[in-house]
Amino acid sequence: MKAVEFRDVSFSYGEGTFAIKNLNFSVEEGEFVAVLGHNGSGKSTLARLCNGLLVPDAGSIRVFDLPVGDKTLYDVRKRVGIVFQNPDNQTVASIVEDDVAFGAENIGLTREEIGRRIDFALHAVGMEEYRNATVARLSGGQKQRVAIAGVLALGPKMMILDESTAMLDPRGRREIMQVVKRLNEEEGITVLLITHFMEEALLASRAIVMNGGEIVMLGTPNEIFEKREELVKYRLALPRISRICSRLREGGMPVEYTLDYEILAEEIAKCVSKPSI
Amino acid sequence: MRIQAEHLSYVYNEKSPFAARALNDVTLTVEEGEFFGIIGHTGSGKSTFIQHLNGLIRIPSSLKKRKKYKSDTVLRVGDFDLASPKTDFRALRRSVGMVFQYPEYQLFAETVFDDVAFGYKNFAAEKPRKEELEDAVRSAIEMVGLDYAAVNDLSPFDLSGGQKRRAAIAGVIVTKPEVLVLDEPAAGLDPLGKQEIMQLLHRIHREWCKTVIIVSHDMDEISENCTRAAVFSEGTVKYVLPPAELFVHTDELRELGLDIPLTAKICEALRRRGIEISCDFTADDLVRKLLARREGIC
Repeated sequence: MKAVEFRDVSFSYGEGTFAIKNLNFSVEEGEFVAVLGHNGSGKSTLARLCNGLLVPDAGSIRVFDLPVGDKTLYDVRKRVGIVFQNPDNQTVASIVEDDVAFGAENIGLTREEIGRRIDFALHAVGMEEYRNATVARLSGGQKQRVAIAGVLALGPKMMILDESTAMLDPRGRREIMQVVKRLNEEEGITVLLITHFMEEALLASRAIVMNGGEIVMLGTPNEIFEKREELVKYRLALPRISRICSRLREGGMPVEYTLDYEILAEEIAKCVSKPSI
Repeated sequence: MRIQAEHLSYVYNEKSPFAARALNDVTLTVEEGEFFGIIGHTGSGKSTFIQHLNGLIRIPSSLKKRKKYKSDTVLRVGDFDLASPKTDFRALRRSVGMVFQYPEYQLFAETVFDDVAFGYKNFAAEKPRKEELEDAVRSAIEMVGLDYAAVNDLSPFDLSGGQKRRAAIAGVIVTKPEVLVLDEPAAGLDPLGKQEIMQLLHRIHREWCKTVIIVSHDMDEISENCTRAAVFSEGTVKYVLPPAELFVHTDELRELGLDIPLTAKICEALRRRGIEISCDFTADDLVRKLLARREGIC
C-alpha cells in the first residue's frame, strides 16, 4: 500500500508563486524517505500537505488510501503525525505524561487504553524514567522525544519529522535519529524525514531533493550525493567529505568519492608515502 | 578590548531546591582581535558565561545591594570592571554586542529600518539626528549583505530565514560594538546559508568588530574559523587552545560528549593505518599536506 500519494498537487501561499508545483510523488508503507532542499524549496509545505494542515489548491492527496479532505481530517491525523522543529513550542502540558496523553485523550480513547499507549510511547523513545518530570526542565533532545511520544500515542502509521533535529546539539540529534530509525525498523512506521543534515539523510532508503516546489532529484542517498554539480545547482552544499574528495582529486590524488571517512582514509593510504622507520 | 575572567562562578536559583551550579571557578582570557570559539555540550555553562560578558548576568559584587559581597572574582572587558557597582553597564552593552540563538525570533518592528534603528536609538546618549540615524542603519544593513533600498521599508517578517537572521545581526552591530558575541549564529540554516553567515562574520571581524566570539556545536565551524577555542564542561574550562592543538585531544573531547572535526577524524583514521599527518585541522591544510605526501601513481 502507498503511505502517501500526491497527484498533480499544487499549493500557493498566495501572491503568484507556487510553493508546491504540480507534484506527483508517493511513499510506500514502511519506507524511510529523506527530503532535502534549501530553505524555501517547499519541503515543509510538502509535510503540512500530508496531514491536512494545508489544503492543496489543485490535485489530490491520499494517505493510506484515504483521500485527505475536511471529512477525513481526524482519521488522516491519526495515521500521520508531524514532529516540528522547535522543541519549545510543541508541548501542551507541563508534565511529560500529560503531554503524551493529550492527543490520545482528544481522540476519545478509554482511560486504560491511554495508559497502555503512554507506556508504549515513552518506552519507545526511552523516556520512561521521565514520566512525571516537568517538560520545561528537559533538554532539547528529551523534549523532542516527548513530542515523538505524543505522536506515537495516537498509533500512527507514518511519522513526518520536519527538521526536528535542527535546534538540537549533536547528542540530542543522535538520540532522535536512533529513535526514528528503530521505530521504522521495529514498529514498521513509515518515516518522512525533512532535514538539512546530509548524515541524517544517509539513514534513509530513498531521498528526494526539492527545488522551487518541485522534486528535482530522486534516488538512494548515495546516488544523490554522487551528483555533485546538480546538488550545488539546487543550493545544497556538498557534505564536507565530498568537498575534500573533490579537492584531493583535483590535486591529482585519485580517491573514490565516498561519504565514509574510514573509506576515504583507506583510499588515501594507497596514495601516500609512509614514513620510513 | 581584552576580556579577562578569573575565578568566575555562578549558581542558578541559588538557595532554592533547584539550585544548579553553571560556572565553577572559570578563568579565561580572550585577546583583542581574536575570532574566538566556545564549545561544550548543552548545560556546560557556555551560555551562562557569555551572558556575563555584557552584564546580562551580574556578578554579585557589582549589584549595589550586595556591594559588600566579597569574592576574588575578576571580570574585565577592556576598561570595564564588571565586578564593580560603579560600572556603566549601558556603555558596556553598547561596546559588547550580543546576538542570541535564533535572533530572528526577536525581530519585532514594523520595518527593517525601525528594527535596526531600535538598538542605535536605545543606546544613544541623546536622541540621534535623522541623518546620523539613517547613516548608521544604512551602513549596518549593508554590512550584513542586505540591499538597503530593497529591504529598509519591508516588514522584517517578509524576509527569508537567512535574511531575517542578517537583519537581526544588523540590529546588534548598528552600535559598532568592539566585541560581538554570537550564540550558535549558523544553527538552523541550510548548509549554504551556514557558509554565508560564517563569511559574513569574518567580514564583520575584518571591518567592524575587533573581537568576535561564537558559541558553536559544529566542530568543523570551529576548526575552520577560530583563532582559539575554549572547551566548557560542567561549568569549568577544560581547554583553551588554537584548533591545531585542541583537536589533537580527540579521546578527551569524545569523553566530554563532544564531536571532533571531520579533518581530525580523517587524520585519526590515517594514523591507524600508519600515516601521521600533522595539520591545523582546516580542510585547506589537510588537503595540501596530503597532496604533498602523494607518491608515485596509485
